[in-house]
Amino acid sequence: MSAANWRNAMNSGAGRAVMMNRGQAAVALPLPGVGGNRGLSLISLISGIGARHVVVLAFVLAYPWFATPFFTFQIGAQSLALGLIALSLTFLGGYGGMVSLAQITVAGIAGYGVAIFGAASAADASISLGWPWWVAVLISIVIATVGAAFIGWLSVRTEGIYTIMITLAVGVAFYYLCLQNYSVFNGFQGFQRVHAPTVLGINLRDPLPFYYLVLFWSLAGYFFVKYLLRAPFGIALQGIRDNPRRMNALGFNVTAHRIAAYAVAGVMAAVGGVLLVWYNGLIGPGSVGTSWIINILIIAVLGGMRHPIGAFLGAIVFVLLQTFAIDMFDRERFNLVIGMVFLIIVLFSPDGLLGWWAGLKSRFLTPRGGVR
Amino acid sequence: MRKGWKWFWTLVIGLPLIVFVIWGLWDNTRLFVVTFLNGMTLASLYFIVAAGFTLVFGLMRNVNLAHGSLYLLGGYVGYLVAHYTGWFVLALAAGFAVAALVGLLMQVSVFRFMPGEDLRQTLVTIALSIIIADLLLWWLGGTVHQADAPELLSGPLRDIPLIKAYSKYRLALLPIGIAIGVVLWLFLNRTRVGMMIRAGVDDRAMLSAAGVNVNVLFAVTFAIGAGLAGLGGVIGAVELSMAPGEDVRLLLASLIVVIIGGMGSVVGAALGASILGLAETYGLAYAPTYSVVFTFVILVLVLAFRPRGFLGRPA
Repeated sequence: MSAANWRNAMNSGAGRAVMMNRGQAAVALPLPGVGGNRGLSLISLISGIGARHVVVLAFVLAYPWFATPFFTFQIGAQSLALGLIALSLTFLGGYGGMVSLAQITVAGIAGYGVAIFGAASAADASISLGWPWWVAVLISIVIATVGAAFIGWLSVRTEGIYTIMITLAVGVAFYYLCLQNYSVFNGFQGFQRVHAPTVLGINLRDPLPFYYLVLFWSLAGYFFVKYLLRAPFGIALQGIRDNPRRMNALGFNVTAHRIAAYAVAGVMAAVGGVLLVWYNGLIGPGSVGTSWIINILIIAVLGGMRHPIGAFLGAIVFVLLQTFAIDMFDRERFNLVIGMVFLIIVLFSPDGLLGWWAGLKSRFLTPRGGVR
Repeated sequence: MRKGWKWFWTLVIGLPLIVFVIWGLWDNTRLFVVTFLNGMTLASLYFIVAAGFTLVFGLMRNVNLAHGSLYLLGGYVGYLVAHYTGWFVLALAAGFAVAALVGLLMQVSVFRFMPGEDLRQTLVTIALSIIIADLLLWWLGGTVHQADAPELLSGPLRDIPLIKAYSKYRLALLPIGIAIGVVLWLFLNRTRVGMMIRAGVDDRAMLSAAGVNVNVLFAVTFAIGAGLAGLGGVIGAVELSMAPGEDVRLLLASLIVVIIGGMGSVVGAALGASILGLAETYGLAYAPTYSVVFTFVILVLVLAFRPRGFLGRPA
């Protein structure tokens, strides 16, 4: 009943296009406020929360209280910040069908913005404008979002595999611009000592406050994506992913939806970029270079692009690998390790760790001869 | 109306270009002409590398993002062969052969098993590019390797009017690039295999139905495409030098060349390479810290007006 309600409430074409292809995701929950049946949607919202959600939420909230500051900051905060950027790629790639390699570029624009408009080390004072941190952050996020929409406008003119090529070209071009331009981007050195501010007496640079800051924005990003995927916009976007021509025939403006998706993903990537630059304390061409362009893709694919949580899962695995696996091998050979892991995932489990997990579950938990 | 707009945009883009050419020639003729030659010789390197990229893409819809790594591999192999034997021609052959072999292996052992899965193939090429680049770094270290030009072509050519002297090797790149383009054109248009490749670009399923062994054809094309990257690597090892990071540079160049010229078109690759080579060198000569902006503006303009590139056809 709720599904029918939901379907009538919104543009019927969008609902059907999605339902034919991936009904299980789309009809999971009715949209609060759209069907006009608030009580029902609230109940189904609560019943949709399983034990695993509570456990995970309790774990991430309590995490810094039993973890060392190193684990809180280096592993926890870094994973969440990278996960937020990867989430923007999951949203675009997994639900919009547009695998953009320029998400770290958007994050980098925001990061450079914070350094240029705000404060960086004394050596870069000639470039940094030294505005209050909140002005700098807001302007940076706006500029990065506009940049993301522009990248989207460029790449939606073609489809499919062309998107990867164009966004990769844009990302690498931005890297070279940062590298060779000294008057704005300070060339090879970039900006040092870009630190999180002190707000209301709390120094956000400390591991504990910083962890909760990143956690807040990661959760916000996660629930925002979860919400958006059930909102009319998200449903239409998934319809466009599955069949753009049909959606176009139904009267949806495919190009506008796609560009809007880029802009929305751009906001998330920009917030992630600001957090990442505060985490690193510096930004330079290396932060937006090819290795990070590819790392973000690896994180998203590693976790699985079919679900928003995959981005964070992939980020945790990536950061753990980056921190510990190299102790077992040669420190210099991290790229080899991560390349091999990526290759194995892509070859044997295209849906990432989540897909692998789902495969294991269905193999061992369903009775023999059951539907897999 | 539409025609009017076309004229308008031609003027908006063309007029500043003409003004720039006149100003450049009047201001410093030698700099302008040398930059032109530099641009065209760089373009011929870009063409050789990008032609392989576009050939593979055109037939197999496989965006080989490991193309830059194959370039690096070919360059290192060529450097070593030239260093130990002193034969440049042998180095060219070795660079081509090794890269072609690796490309062949990639196609036969990996891509053959995932036909039609564009995205997955591309992800695999990304993984391979990381692995190859890191193995090369492991093997040869991070230092810059610069191969020497063969004796016949080393040193400058003197007594040229206007520009006085110019590197023989770089000058030789122009005919080499043109020769490779002509050979490629003859191969594609005059041989049986070339005919099959062109048929495959147009309609793979039909070609397969006509009794051609598409797997063998794909393997041959991939080997040639990868080999061209390796050949470009040997040439680039002398012209530019080889170091980690050059793979990304040439990958970016290949991407932009095929986006500008149109994917799957060898003539388009020549056109795109000329535009990119000239834009890059003129940018470096006249506005060093913003040179990549010119490349970017060209990319934006082409995507805005001809999303499939100058000579691209709808897929």
